[in-house]
Amino acid sequence: MKSPTLTAGSIEVVGIEKSFKDLQVLRGVDFRVEPGSIFALLGSNGAGKTTLVRILSTLLRPDEGTAQVNGFDTQSAPAKVRESLSLTGQFAAVDEVLTGRENLVLIAKLRRVPNPGALVDELLERFSLTEAGARRAGTYSGGMRRRLDIAMSLIGNPSVIILDEPTTGLDPQARSEVWDTVRELAAAGTTILLTTQYLDEAEQLADRIAILHQGVIIQNGTLAELKALLPPSTVEYVEKEPSLEEVFLALVGTDSSTGGNKS
Amino acid sequence: MSTMSFSDTRVLTGRSLRHILRSPDTIITTAITPIAMMLLFVYVFGGAINTGTDGSYVDYLLPGILLITIASGIAYTSYRLFLDMQGGVLERFRSMPISRSSVLWGHVLTSLVSNMISVALVIGVALLMGFRTGASFGAWLAVIALLVLVTLALTWVAVIAGLTAKTVDGASAFSYPLIFLPFISSAFVPTSSMPGPVAWFADHQPVTAIVNSIRSLFDQQPVGQELGYAIVWLVGILLVAYLAATALYRRKAN
Repeated sequence: MKSPTLTAGSIEVVGIEKSFKDLQVLRGVDFRVEPGSIFALLGSNGAGKTTLVRILSTLLRPDEGTAQVNGFDTQSAPAKVRESLSLTGQFAAVDEVLTGRENLVLIAKLRRVPNPGALVDELLERFSLTEAGARRAGTYSGGMRRRLDIAMSLIGNPSVIILDEPTTGLDPQARSEVWDTVRELAAAGTTILLTTQYLDEAEQLADRIAILHQGVIIQNGTLAELKALLPPSTVEYVEKEPSLEEVFLALVGTDSSTGGNKS
Repeated sequence: MSTMSFSDTRVLTGRSLRHILRSPDTIITTAITPIAMMLLFVYVFGGAINTGTDGSYVDYLLPGILLITIASGIAYTSYRLFLDMQGGVLERFRSMPISRSSVLWGHVLTSLVSNMISVALVIGVALLMGFRTGASFGAWLAVIALLVLVTLALTWVAVIAGLTAKTVDGASAFSYPLIFLPFISSAFVPTSSMPGPVAWFADHQPVTAIVNSIRSLFDQQPVGQELGYAIVWLVGILLVAYLAATALYRRKAN
């Protein structure tokens, strides 16, 4: 899906405003995501992250401003935008009655992939779901559901993937699996916009971080730029103790093929 | 564009038909209540009911029972649509490059298939209970066409309920009045036996026209004006519900 234009895979948001009745959720949001980069939209609950994501994925119209995905305007060319991006919503949107494999085949057929079977096998393998593929998605653990959800979003090679709070509610192993997937996607040239309320997630993954607060972007920069906003750090000597997360992961292991699998 | 939406509709119908295959109890429960009602009315109340016709009571009763079957079956459409909405599946479909109407049509066509299976089950039981008809192939086709029209019209109403519901219970509660409507019609007793205002209501609501038309078709009698009324009612409900449902679905984007 590489194309030579400058806008391929980019996201451009200019002056977006959105109110629900009297509640002004977005009050003039501007930012740009460079093709092939990971952009984290950081904000607490209610900051307007999901509203912004819904506008970018053509599910919601802004009151003011424009949003472009892959060079297409969300309002004048919504069909082109939908071809360019995949949305992985806040709740893993999988069909619980269908098996993991059937979920993937469904999306592949809707995205008109020529040979769904081969692609689906590959995705199941890549997301460590080959064995679980024949089971109903309703029986999956949270981490497996999220993996399936992301696998579904990759079908059709969208140049932009939007992940709305991809690790909320996941255990540490499942979370690091999702992080690995995000890194792989970005390495392959996919543009990724992810929203999160976890500071460490933005710190771990993002090339650029924008902080959305009360409907406006209050800071936007690389991690180094954001850190530079505070006074330079002083050197203190503290005894290095492992974090609880390091202890937990050392004890239970981080092998992703067993991690998060209920069976 | 239209071939695209046709193909999307086919894929999405396949998906929800799979849901039905995995929970065949939805078809069974849809058929059980009407069958129980049929048993109750034929073997308990039927002896005391004077329909003023020569045929058996099960012949008289069946058209109304079929409508009750459909009215209870369509609630599953609201239920499934509501679950799709709640689980984010609908959102996923809406953010994909597929025709938007195909998502609703997938549910509607699935409802048509499952309701026709339920109707066939109920007719099967009625046959065991002594239902007989000398209806020609053409008359059977006309009955099926009417039942298809009823299912489509009511399913679009169910789509509205599914899209506007706030809870799972709310999604299916709308169908209770629809199930009740045949009781105030010619489905179980002739309307002439009812007191004035009730008889007036019964004579002027669509169930009576539909029931009488189906009854005449089974009975090899001329259908007369009532078939016209039935079709006008059903097409009217279908159009209004369809337009309202699609408008609601579009408005969800704002």
